Amino acid sequence: MSQALGTIAPGAAPAVPRGPRNRGVRLFVQTLLARTYVRVVGSLREPTWMISDALFPNLGMCAFVLLYRALKAPASYEALALIGGVLTTYWINVLWGMGAQLYWEKQQGQLQLYFAAPCSRLAILTGMALGGLVATVLRSLVGVAIGIWVFHIQVAPFSPWVLAGVFVLTMVALYALGMTLSSLFLLYGREAWHTANALQEPVYFLSGLYFPIRTLGTLGMVAAGILPLTLGTDALRQVLLGASAHGLLPLGLECLALGGFAVLFLWLASVSMRYLESLSKREGRLTQRWQ
Amino acid sequence: MAPSHGSEIPAVETRGLKRVFKGARGSPEVVALAGVDLRIERGEIFGLLGPNGAGKTTAIKILNTLLYPTSGEARVAGHDVVRESAEVRRRIALVSGGEASGYGILNVRECLWMFSQFYGVPRVEANARVDRLIATLGLADLAKTRINRLSTGQRQRMNFARGFVSDPEILFLDEPTLGMDVTAARELREFVLQWVREQPGRTVLLTTHYMAEADLMCDRIAIIDRGRTLACDTPAALRRSVEGGQHVELEVLGVPEGLADVDGIPVTWGAPHPERGTHTMKLRLADGGRLPLVLRALDARGVAVRGVSTRETSLEDAFIAIVGRGLDDSEAPR
Repeated sequence: MSQALGTIAPGAAPAVPRGPRNRGVRLFVQTLLARTYVRVVGSLREPTWMISDALFPNLGMCAFVLLYRALKAPASYEALALIGGVLTTYWINVLWGMGAQLYWEKQQGQLQLYFAAPCSRLAILTGMALGGLVATVLRSLVGVAIGIWVFHIQVAPFSPWVLAGVFVLTMVALYALGMTLSSLFLLYGREAWHTANALQEPVYFLSGLYFPIRTLGTLGMVAAGILPLTLGTDALRQVLLGASAHGLLPLGLECLALGGFAVLFLWLASVSMRYLESLSKREGRLTQRWQ
Repeated sequence: MAPSHGSEIPAVETRGLKRVFKGARGSPEVVALAGVDLRIERGEIFGLLGPNGAGKTTAIKILNTLLYPTSGEARVAGHDVVRESAEVRRRIALVSGGEASGYGILNVRECLWMFSQFYGVPRVEANARVDRLIATLGLADLAKTRINRLSTGQRQRMNFARGFVSDPEILFLDEPTLGMDVTAARELREFVLQWVREQPGRTVLLTTHYMAEADLMCDRIAIIDRGRTLACDTPAALRRSVEGGQHVELEVLGVPEGLADVDGIPVTWGAPHPERGTHTMKLRLADGGRLPLVLRALDARGVAVRGVSTRETSLEDAFIAIVGRGLDDSEAPR
């Protein structure tokens, strides 16, 4: 403790503290990368998460592939289930890893440290999303590996660029939804949590993760069309399976809708975060772990 | 008062700062701050003392842009906390005792680095600063230990380091040594004193429950109670304000209900001793020769005195004289 501390701020001590440099795009990127780091490192350091997040979500996919095989359904159905299974991994991450995160931060007493820091709250949310996405890519590859090496599932010839583009668009829309959910979960606390829990299975069903969405009928398709997960799943199936994907809408239209969802949810996330912070300052709660 | 370092703009200034909380479910509203005026110069270590519910944490939250004031004005480094909150945040850091900052999955070094990035510290500077803080605060052996494996004291030490990682102009320490062992608390106090001494212009606003800590560290202290500033001066001046008497503590048994004075001398009450069935009675005698008279007066009222002690004037005496009770004291026994 006797070590000199002058080195904490290198150079001669200023008569008046120097102006802070912590602002703008640089601060946004620094915050984003730091928050991303937590997610990526966290997922690699906890082996039990690999089992619960990577292996378990693929069990449903395996069950459907085996079912379709037993029923001698067309081979494309197995690929439909594989793509749905892979996307389930992301949806679980969005719902629980993104949606519930700010609520956890509050419970840990950490939210007030974010609110007292100069960094953008949106940068923190984006970092959470990017980190979750990167970590989940590793996990979703487990599903792909199972599909390719265990079930020998075949897909149609596809353009990797189109696949990458549709995948990125789907992820941006999904994680932007996660950023919005994050604020809503925090606003409504346990109630939102229970609601999301209750909606989990209906969302799986409506998104047609394990079957062609067209089998839901017109009304079902309209209802499902408002979910970015549905459109993303369907678009990826169209890229990978072509006509046998039994697509919901033309691919171009689905990409346009996904882009619209991405913009809408990013805007909503930003607005809800600002509202949340303002409410917190007005009412003196939300940053308190017991409120 | 410590000199202002080359600037007319104070580190912190509040005028008529008021904050009212809505009551929960029809209960009356709570006035946490009822018009606080403060001026903290740059380079000062300034203490905010007050009993539970005095408004200390509310004031800290407003100054850290975490809470809007209901009325009045608060400026930090010359910037309004409501209208220029972004500018304020670039210049401050907050450490609260008992907080749980960071993610359990990260190690100490990573956690400090993460917070440095939230404050925009450039990468090279951040790494060097984190290393120095780890070494200086005795965290070197724990640098690669995951946070969820740290003891409470070790975690508190890391939280403390987090407060300095952005090298703030103004540091808010809200009960920073809460729950720490004596040695660790002393080392952290020395760290703060050295930080301010070596970097003129840096300012610390400290709230603490430990009178000795405030007495040792602070250039000036404001005593607040029920949302109002009751006194603001150097510790020595506060002590002088109640000097000239003898401070007496009596351990008594059989106290009549609502006893507020003895022979016209006001008394305050310390914590009871349930195992002995006694209470601690505190009073200040202008003339030490009056003690026998006080003892006789108590005897006449059926109060048995089990112990007597006298001592020098402390900051706590000043606090009691100003507030009417100690930091942890109860009201008269019932």
